[in-house]
Amino acid sequence: MSAPRPSAMLAVAVGGALGAVLRWWLGEVAPDGAGFPGTTFAINVGGAFGLGLLPAVAAVRRRPLLTAGIGTGVLGGFTTLSTASEQARVLLASGQVLLGLVYVVGTLLAAVAAVAVADRLSTRAQQARVEAEGGDE
Amino acid sequence: MPDVLLVALGAAAGAPLRYWLGQVFDRPGLHRGTLVANLVASTLLGLFTGLALSGTVTALLGTGFCGALSTYSSFAVQTHSHPTSPRDGAGIVRGATYALVTLVPALALCSLGFVAGTALA
Repeated sequence: MSAPRPSAMLAVAVGGALGAVLRWWLGEVAPDGAGFPGTTFAINVGGAFGLGLLPAVAAVRRRPLLTAGIGTGVLGGFTTLSTASEQARVLLASGQVLLGLVYVVGTLLAAVAAVAVADRLSTRAQQARVEAEGGDE
Repeated sequence: MPDVLLVALGAAAGAPLRYWLGQVFDRPGLHRGTLVANLVASTLLGLFTGLALSGTVTALLGTGFCGALSTYSSFAVQTHSHPTSPRDGAGIVRGATYALVTLVPALALCSLGFVAGTALA
């Protein structure tokens, strides 16, 4: 791969800002408390499902900029691995080791399962086309 | 500036940086760029949390920049893409390895960042 085009970088910046604001807003409406971080869990699993679904959307397959803007931008900015790590760190540091492990492993399994379900809705050729535009990044 | 704009501003820097890392360093089956983005973001978020930054700065650097520099959606899609079928044992091992190589260091580096931030604060 080579350095991305400026138009794609701009689409990712705009999309990423939208996705992050949506994540922030959900955190304001339903803040994660001291226990299981349910809101971030739902954001990450839902975002993974959305990205897995992208190749099934004809408009996205036709326009590479939409792949970058919606996939890498909106959904990438919406989901977060850094917050999930920080939340797991807090759970482990506070002695809630089992809950921390359930959170880390549970998010991984649920997110990958969500991708597997979304994956069934598109063909290999459609997936390859979106992947070529960086739809998996 | 309201928090919502700071989150958008931080993300408008973090997301394209992740995209650039992915485009330049990711190879099929070897997602080095995305891995680096996730590890750097986790380290920095731990550091910022340890530094006990104000709510305004956290919105910009933590929720916005680190949140958008890291990604769970791409991480999940990439992990899922390794096995070509449910019976592809080697692919499942590659996927599990990628997940481990992301999640374990992310947690360790986040903790290291937090300790460093606490010491510096």
